[in-house]
Amino acid sequence: MLAVEILGLEKTYAAGFWRKKQKLALRPLHLEVKQGEVFGFLGPNGAGKTTTLKLLMGLICPTVGTARILGQDWRDPAVRARIGFLPEQPYFYDHLTPIELLDYYGTLSGLSPADRKLRIPKLLERVGLAEQGRVQLRKFSKGMLQRVGIAQAVLHEPEVVFLDEPMSGLDPIGRREVRDFIQALNDEGKTVFFSTHILSDAEALCDRVAILNRGELRSVGVVAELVSQKSNRVEIVWQGKSAVPAIQSLGGSCHVAGETVRAVLDESQLQAALDALKNQRVRLISVNPMGGSLEEYFLQNLGEAVEVRS
Amino acid sequence: MSSRIRAIAFNTFRETVRDRVLYNLVFFALLLVTMAPLFGQISIGVQRVLLVNLSLSAISIFGTVISIFVGISLVSKEIEKRTLYPVLSRPVGRGEFIVGKYFGLSGTLLVNTAAMALGFYLALFLMTRDFTRADANVLIAIYFIFLEFIIIIGLALLFSSFSTPLFSALFALSMFIAGTFAGDLRTFAEITHGPQKWLAIATSYLIPNLTSLNVITRVSHDQFIPRALVAYNTLYAMFYAAATICAALLIFSRRDLK
Amino acid sequence: MRRRATVFSACVLLICFLGSFFTLRRIERANLSNSMEDVLFISSPQFVKRASLGYSGLLADIYWMRVVQYFGRKHLRDSMEYKALAPLLDITTTLDPNLVVAYEWGSTFLDQPPPSGAGDDDAAIALIRKGIQNNPNDWHLYFTLGFIQYLGKHDYLAAAQTFEEGSRVPNAHPWLKIMAAKMLSDAGSMDTARYLWQNIYDESTDNNLKQNAALHLACLVVDQEIPQLEALVAEFRRRFGRNPASWKELAVAGALKSIPLDPLGEPYVLRSDGSVTVADEKKFPFIRISKSASSD
Repeated sequence: MLAVEILGLEKTYAAGFWRKKQKLALRPLHLEVKQGEVFGFLGPNGAGKTTTLKLLMGLICPTVGTARILGQDWRDPAVRARIGFLPEQPYFYDHLTPIELLDYYGTLSGLSPADRKLRIPKLLERVGLAEQGRVQLRKFSKGMLQRVGIAQAVLHEPEVVFLDEPMSGLDPIGRREVRDFIQALNDEGKTVFFSTHILSDAEALCDRVAILNRGELRSVGVVAELVSQKSNRVEIVWQGKSAVPAIQSLGGSCHVAGETVRAVLDESQLQAALDALKNQRVRLISVNPMGGSLEEYFLQNLGEAVEVRS
Repeated sequence: MSSRIRAIAFNTFRETVRDRVLYNLVFFALLLVTMAPLFGQISIGVQRVLLVNLSLSAISIFGTVISIFVGISLVSKEIEKRTLYPVLSRPVGRGEFIVGKYFGLSGTLLVNTAAMALGFYLALFLMTRDFTRADANVLIAIYFIFLEFIIIIGLALLFSSFSTPLFSALFALSMFIAGTFAGDLRTFAEITHGPQKWLAIATSYLIPNLTSLNVITRVSHDQFIPRALVAYNTLYAMFYAAATICAALLIFSRRDLK
Repeated sequence: MRRRATVFSACVLLICFLGSFFTLRRIERANLSNSMEDVLFISSPQFVKRASLGYSGLLADIYWMRVVQYFGRKHLRDSMEYKALAPLLDITTTLDPNLVVAYEWGSTFLDQPPPSGAGDDDAAIALIRKGIQNNPNDWHLYFTLGFIQYLGKHDYLAAAQTFEEGSRVPNAHPWLKIMAAKMLSDAGSMDTARYLWQNIYDESTDNNLKQNAALHLACLVVDQEIPQLEALVAEFRRRFGRNPASWKELAVAGALKSIPLDPLGEPYVLRSDGSVTVADEKKFPFIRISKSASSD
């Protein structure tokens, strides 16, 4: 049995003042997540990652398509007792304390009072909030809220945990802690599905990744395979946007940041590329052979030049 | 299912208390206290009338304001603040959520009204040093005021399920004012002719009928309130509130959360 | 499954709404609400005005509607008391002192005896005086006051003065002066009364007042015809030593050409004691002739 099967979920919004325009947030998505794996859902902002998660959680309705979680229809309320969800930038009732919040959520998840009494202190300890159990959430920092969020996602010991950008807004220490936590969850046999746009985290944690861009699934791959690929690629960094079309025509993918361009292309094209750059009179900064990396895979699969504002 | 509804209701109640909604009781107490010296300057017969009118009107106004302004944000606040996500991703139906919210705020108003009723009876006792049968009648008036609240909360919840706080407040307030004059709208329907007659009739049944729920003036003059009216008003309030909750449920179930 | 839940909720919604609808009807029909009697307890119309927060005009219209409905409902049931009428009118005219129809209509129906009105001439006069105070240039109000003084209180002198005052108002109807004169010379006559009611009928724009005037006129006709008929009966008695048994007998005796009909087209009733009355006394509430046997 698969943990998650997404069967053609699609979401179109009616936009514009008269609601006549159609905005496609997610093209028909087909995806499978195996039990026990850590699955990364990658993509730039606005790619449709959060939309997918909201669809799976039943927060929004798909235009077409269905999904199955743990073999059951995703809309079945019984299923939701077996999954956990951490929303992006979570907000909680800030008049409550962590203990009250978890107690409330625990009741909603169907835990008995005895269960709640047992698990909540242990869980708070595990996420490092044992001292702040009775402090109102309005006084919590972002990192602390994220920890509360993770706690509520796993409180009822779900089999599948969905995390939307769990690392966002955290400092390096916080991010490290979350990474460790996800690993620990996986060690316990849970399936973890998380979305992120931080590639290094995905590289470190995930068994498989899927890349989403502009509402469309671009590719799915096993991280280990992707990263170990020996690549015949070189990376050239120079200054001068004007040279981008020339390099692109050689099959290179360019990454522009201001005036600086970073291109990746096949080794065989190196000489031609350097000639082209010399003709354009750009300023060469560096030339480096490339090892395979997730970042590369990511950039390749986005399918177009991505402009990043530095 | 009921344990979840209870949990949501209790959480809503707790939220209103921690939002200091019950502080309005302080104002109510202050009101009674500041009015006390004035009473001394009026004749005994009128004192009681004045106390009843003043207290019950205050209970009605304070409670209505709370019902509307907390009611309209019951759903919209949770959507805005996204506190709804971790709730609905659990095995909680959207219907359970709506019903839980409704009972939570109704519970707050029950406590609020009971506390004010207590305050009123205390003031009455201090004034007359005696309880008569007529005083029990005032309880009926207070009960009717509470029935008004459960109707208004239902309406506020309904508007909150699809509208922004500003428009919800406007709609709820309009319904309240229209409801206060529901009797006159029906009078107008009786007198007028043509298409506006039917429009008036239809509207007068759609808006909440708050006219028959207001017996403040009558109890202040010790008038008898027929048992039948108590029964019918209770039925009406329950039906109307249930209808608004169903409507809220239907709308909210289909809603995409942002 | 969701479809079923939706249908279920929609059905419950419909049931609850219908439930509220029927419950409300019960409340109305049993008139348990009785909210209009609440005005009896409002001791200060001024307070109501202040509480209306500047919307006193609208509130006046609402109260005016309530007055009309209150009176209409009670009148339909042939009620003998209209306790809330004066207070309702007082509040209405305090909220909008220039609502002239309220003064006119109100004092007319306050004055008339139950079940056609409240039977309270003092309240009627107080109301119309309030109206004159707030609308000194409206001659209709002087007219209404004069009329109450004349027909209600039989104070012909006061009525004459009022009509005279009213006639001096700019654009006053010329017959105010005529009425003033008639008061002084010819007050008790039926002609004067008929003149008055005919004018009210002709001038009135309010339907209720018009119908009321028509009714009064019909009653005046009755008040004229009955003595005439009774005189014919008396003549018969003198000639034959007994009362006629029916109208037919009178016709045979040559006193009548056909069976006499009242203004509503019903035959007059000839009683055994020789008195004449209308078929349905309730339809002629203003006839002055006493209903007991007239003396010979």
